[in-house]
Amino acid sequence: MIHILKMVAQRLALGVFILFVVSVIIFMAVELLPGDFVDAILGQAATEATVEAFRYQLGLDRPAYIRYFEWLGDIFQGDLGYSFRAQRPIDDLVLLRLYNTLFLAAYAAAIAVPIALLFGVLAAMYRNSFFDRTVNVVALIAISSPEFLAAYILIFVFAVQLGWFPTLAQVSIDMEFGERLRVLLLPAVTLTLVTMAHMMRMTRASIINLLSHPYIEMARLKGMSNRRIIVRHALPNAIAPIVNVVAINLAYMIVGVVVVEVVFVYPGLGQLLVDSVSNRDMPVVQIACLIFAVTYISLNLLADICSVLSNPRLLHPR
Amino acid sequence: MHALLDNTWKVLRTAPPTALFGLLVIITILLAGLFAPWLAPYGETQVVGPPSLPVGDDEFFFGTDEIGRDMFSRIIYGARNTVGIAFLTTALAFSLGAVLGLLAAVKGRWVDQVLGRLVDILMAIPPLIFALLILTITGTSIMNMVLVIAVLDSTRVFRITRASAMNIGVMEFVEAARLRGEGLWWIIRHEILPNITAPLAAEFGLRFCFVFLFISALSFLGLGIQPPTADWGSMVRQSSNLLAFGQLNPLVPALCIALLTVSVNFVVDWFLYRTSGLKD
Repeated sequence: MIHILKMVAQRLALGVFILFVVSVIIFMAVELLPGDFVDAILGQAATEATVEAFRYQLGLDRPAYIRYFEWLGDIFQGDLGYSFRAQRPIDDLVLLRLYNTLFLAAYAAAIAVPIALLFGVLAAMYRNSFFDRTVNVVALIAISSPEFLAAYILIFVFAVQLGWFPTLAQVSIDMEFGERLRVLLLPAVTLTLVTMAHMMRMTRASIINLLSHPYIEMARLKGMSNRRIIVRHALPNAIAPIVNVVAINLAYMIVGVVVVEVVFVYPGLGQLLVDSVSNRDMPVVQIACLIFAVTYISLNLLADICSVLSNPRLLHPR
Repeated sequence: MHALLDNTWKVLRTAPPTALFGLLVIITILLAGLFAPWLAPYGETQVVGPPSLPVGDDEFFFGTDEIGRDMFSRIIYGARNTVGIAFLTTALAFSLGAVLGLLAAVKGRWVDQVLGRLVDILMAIPPLIFALLILTITGTSIMNMVLVIAVLDSTRVFRITRASAMNIGVMEFVEAARLRGEGLWWIIRHEILPNITAPLAAEFGLRFCFVFLFISALSFLGLGIQPPTADWGSMVRQSSNLLAFGQLNPLVPALCIALLTVSVNFVVDWFLYRTSGLKD
């Protein structure tokens, strides 16, 4: 038990260290701006005095490491800074959009994970059959297509031709839950298609990987049915890699959301990030990147810890 | 020359239909890109007709875009621009990643440690997010995009090159070369590289797909290849409004992107199958 706690603690420490380094990189981005940040924002016409005042307001007259810790401290206290372009606190911009993005990602995950696992197990059960091959080719095509292709095909068929769903995912706070689900179905399905294929292939691969083990052969020799072998003997042992894949794909989903949000003009964090990059609104880009990176790293860390915890050999070390 | 043709024919005959389809598509797109000025009926940025004609128009087969440029010509020029830039980026990422990976594997010790940790950190941040952060600083231009993606993607190449080179590096014949007093580059070039060519070639195909999709996504977001240059990703975005009127225009460049990546994947799959010696 001590052993496994130590391993988990090690992973956690590494994760925290990586988060620290990443936050430093994101912060340093401002320092690396060619020329002066202030010139870029205020333009050439700014007078000497406005430039000085702005520098003072930003605190650019103090050393970088002090500003870094202030920046981080403020974020921990819920003060995300001030957007140059929108001229208002970033909190106002980010919080609702973060909720929207997480809602969309969770919605997509709720569709993608069960279907992917089911198809993965079925493909492993009937491997090399017509079903398996079809699923495999479709998965390969889904993995290698850009997100916007799936999105536009869905829009064309279900929104333009059939008119079942709106082409744009416009939501408001006072929208009913059911209505929100309906409006968001197309973006959620798009995200699902992109991540499901990967999850399914990995589920199939990890089950098939187990099938060469002696205890499976034993079960087979006992005359057990193929279905029972897979569901009772292989699946429980494949849970570790499957949980790992699910967590990694959720991390991927958080990032994949950027393109999907832009396609559907959904007011989420990804859309805000892309707009801020075009406007070069650095403080907003930093916060949005930080949120995406932290979510991504945490989910990967979670995947890592799950795979440690689910390995029974580590629970009883010799 | 005859023997070569004969050999190629023999190999191709064993290829599965998916791989043949992939090869056909790749060759077509390469030819289209190479001979774009001769193949395209109109110029890259030439306004030739009324705007927003639908796909299947009598005169303009793929329709025209929102300011009346011929979509078909722009798709052909896009094959040159988008695929060319993606290829250049992949080549750059590959040279960087492979050289550093080989160096880390052969030198070991602190070189390996420093490069390994650096790559760990670069890989911890999602590539799209990292690219957006850097592009905010440097501003969006083709040059910046190519460099950023090449560096980010080289981390993956580094990992796989290092891992495969490590496996070869511990073998007796490398040990023997070392004891003979051969230099570092000699060992890399004569002993290690020939033995890891196959996995690296397959990886090149997969990396190309990744880079190509990455560039298309950035261009689609308006942060990559900028108009008026014909590029498949930005063409999708520019004509996306037409979809609401039941026109298929934006789907054409999007399908071209998918067609190329799927084809490369098919060919890589077949290549891996052949070189891994798995023969049922």
